Amino acid sequence: MNISTVLQSSPLQSNVLQSSQRAFPIGAPILELESISLRFGGVKALTDISFNVLEHEVRAIIGPNGAGKSSMLNVINGVYVPQEGTISLRGERLAGMTPTAAANLGISRTFQNIALFKGMSVLANIMAGRALRAHATFLEVALQLPRARREETESREAAEEIIEFLEIEHIRKTPVSRLPYGLQKRVELGRALAAEPKILLLDEPMAGMNIEEKQDMCRFILDVNDHYGTTMVLIEHDMGVVMDISDRVVVLDYGKKIGDGTPDEVRANQDVIDAYLGVAH
Amino acid sequence: MATESSEPDTFSKLLLLHARQRGERPALREKKRGIWRTVTWRELADEAAALAAALSARGVRRGAHVAFVGDNRPRLYAAMCAAHWLGAVAVPLYQDATSGEMAAPMQSADITHIFAENQEQVDKLLLILPRCPTVRCIVYDKDRGLRHYNQPELVSYDTLLQQGRELVAANGDAVEAEAATGRSEDAAFVFFTPGTTGPAKGVVLTHGALIGRARIAAATERLTDADVAMAYLPPGWIGQTLFSYVQPMVVGYCVCCPESSDTMLADMREMGPTYFLATPRVLEALFTQVSMRMEDASRLNGRLYRTGMAASRRIAASTSAGETASLSDRLTRAMSEFLIFGPLRDVLGLSKVRVAFTAGDAIAPALVNFFRTLGVNLKQLYGSTETGFFVAMQRDGQVRPDTVGQAADGVELTFTAQREILVRSPGLFREYHRDPEATAQVTNAEGWFHTGDAGYLDDDGHLRIVDRITHIGALSDGTPYAPRLLENRLKFVSAIKDAVVFGDRRDMVCALIDIDMAAVGRWADRRSIAYTGHADLASQDEVYGLVADSIKAVNAELAQDPALAASQIHRFVILHGELSAEDSVLTRTGKLRRGVIAERFRALVDAMYAGHATARVDSADAHQGTASTELKIRDATVARAHSRSAA
Repeated sequence: MNISTVLQSSPLQSNVLQSSQRAFPIGAPILELESISLRFGGVKALTDISFNVLEHEVRAIIGPNGAGKSSMLNVINGVYVPQEGTISLRGERLAGMTPTAAANLGISRTFQNIALFKGMSVLANIMAGRALRAHATFLEVALQLPRARREETESREAAEEIIEFLEIEHIRKTPVSRLPYGLQKRVELGRALAAEPKILLLDEPMAGMNIEEKQDMCRFILDVNDHYGTTMVLIEHDMGVVMDISDRVVVLDYGKKIGDGTPDEVRANQDVIDAYLGVAH
Repeated sequence: MATESSEPDTFSKLLLLHARQRGERPALREKKRGIWRTVTWRELADEAAALAAALSARGVRRGAHVAFVGDNRPRLYAAMCAAHWLGAVAVPLYQDATSGEMAAPMQSADITHIFAENQEQVDKLLLILPRCPTVRCIVYDKDRGLRHYNQPELVSYDTLLQQGRELVAANGDAVEAEAATGRSEDAAFVFFTPGTTGPAKGVVLTHGALIGRARIAAATERLTDADVAMAYLPPGWIGQTLFSYVQPMVVGYCVCCPESSDTMLADMREMGPTYFLATPRVLEALFTQVSMRMEDASRLNGRLYRTGMAASRRIAASTSAGETASLSDRLTRAMSEFLIFGPLRDVLGLSKVRVAFTAGDAIAPALVNFFRTLGVNLKQLYGSTETGFFVAMQRDGQVRPDTVGQAADGVELTFTAQREILVRSPGLFREYHRDPEATAQVTNAEGWFHTGDAGYLDDDGHLRIVDRITHIGALSDGTPYAPRLLENRLKFVSAIKDAVVFGDRRDMVCALIDIDMAAVGRWADRRSIAYTGHADLASQDEVYGLVADSIKAVNAELAQDPALAASQIHRFVILHGELSAEDSVLTRTGKLRRGVIAERFRALVDAMYAGHATARVDSADAHQGTASTELKIRDATVARAHSRSAA
């Protein structure tokens, strides 16, 4: 018998890239915020804000300076506890959130001002992001017992996968402080990814970047979303960038929500236009 | 008794031989996710068998054409093995070609199956798929970003491999039998040469021709299966495929694939290749890097380096003159070998190199000398895609930087009246794919191939290449003129990345200069010269001064040579942007497309000859639209020709 089986001729139809199809279709709400209000003394940082984040979507929070974007992220992250309102993760109400609890629930974040270990290599920084995944005790690690060694190997493999994904093989062993800003931001994204988060919070991932670096970062954000199915919540004040990569956008101004919807809806919203361009009185 | 005919004569037979003889030795290594991973000959043969079974099930037949689009990866070479296993013809393409450039080979070779590395390549291929109705299957390796693609032609490498393994498990003998049915005169490869003029032509080479050439080269260089080579140049170029597929198949040595082009230098240092192929372009880049580092080095190091280089040059000069070098030179050389050259070779990843070849284009003699002085056994190799690559090669102990060495065994050379080199050898190509007319133009009835290169044999039988026959011209006073010799001398200057000279039917030679951004940028940094980018830096008077000084030195050298004294560079312009393959002024291997360049910079060249001090050029920039830039034209200092004027 010949090794060839029946020749299957595939239909030769024209091919148009169908980018609207996603590997991870947008699902049910994963994170719901209801009537959140946050005050610092008499200053109202956030007033009665409600919105939700759907699983696998890219959700942006935008607004002019001082609109309360970072406060919002810090509330989700458990850094601030709002005076009023509730946060639910997959329908379960979260009470008394702390950053550690958030991390354990699968919420990772990056920071507006890069918060990497400057003297450590890229690889060490990314491996540090997996600290939560390691269970070996201090003694086990010190004595290099089997469990510690196994975890170290696993952690290195995971870190290398991320390094390959973010295309930073050539700087694997370089101390972070010697890298340009755009690459440091990419390393920070890598460290956040190392924790294998369900939800990734990005605080101004493109601030201070040049156009090329912004384009790279956009591509990596979309790739992470597409490849790992990670739900992304990002803050950004560069409108153009946000509109291109987000599925839905929340607009804040002076601690209040003034718009919520798809980029096209938000763009057409008169309140948003006024907040960004100013309004004649 | 072993006879000539019992030697394996196809790639699939060679693969099976290695799997039997050195099954556990490494065939390929790849750095992936930070670790070097090895594919042994047995694993390679198993993978090739499985892929072959699956490809056969998907309709690959004997004589079908299978294309490969991607970087050097073990999977690319395993797939190549699989295609040859079934008697199909492998067509490696340049991975950085645009989709438009890929369409022509696809159509002319009736490609049915394609191996593509990743999403980038798949996107390019899908774009031209409607124009290439013969393409039936695209196999992709890395699935990143491809998960939601649902074109029926797409299949992942992993799926294919899995299907193949099942087929082999069910019917292994039939699969194995298929590998033995090929004949030496079957076509093995079609290389599409990125011609410097006209569209690409498909060069058909047989198993027998390539294996025969590779055997001879391997015997000359005494290659063994302990040798290690790096695969880092585009597989679409015959040179890379020869060094990373054909020769390993003949000799059984190991090929290493770096993690990415950015990590090439570090990866090379880790693997320590013993057999190294480089293009002049790669060597120029390495040389520029060394020069830059030496300028930044401490005073002591810089001094050691310069004295060591000078001593080595004197030793080389006296050795070739048949004299004994002075004791002090030999001592200096020994000391700098220990203190500087050894460590430098180590940093460059060249410390274990036994044989290094430069091929693909003409090289400046000074560049060869530099590497040889450093202690790297760099030799020149002359050949083209049509001639099976190994036509002439320098032998150990007989290296002269201004020749390409003696003819390889089995190669006959002869010359036309215009000094065009004709080659007859068992390694010649069979034909241009589906282009009998073009084939007839370059071959004659006695089997001679017209290379299109002008050259001559010197008294010792060493071949000297002058230039492409079409580029050779004469100045208006009748002095012969060959641009490439001049350009190579200019390119050896570390501030100059590329140079294009003009002079045919003109009264003097003028040059377009493309500066090396890395080297000149660093030079400017040290002198606190502020600049915003390539165009700005290129227009600075200080940079013009730097280039003028370099050209003055080159002119002084040219003046020493009676044949070249008339070709000194009189005027020059520094271009405001890089010459690149993206603008189609260079081929994918970095050769100049003179016709395109002359057309694009016509106004500039005319202004140089008209004696103007400035000229305007229109630059079509994809990002900024069309813009007009004013470029300065400067005179260069011309040296007086010693030999004649002294008389």
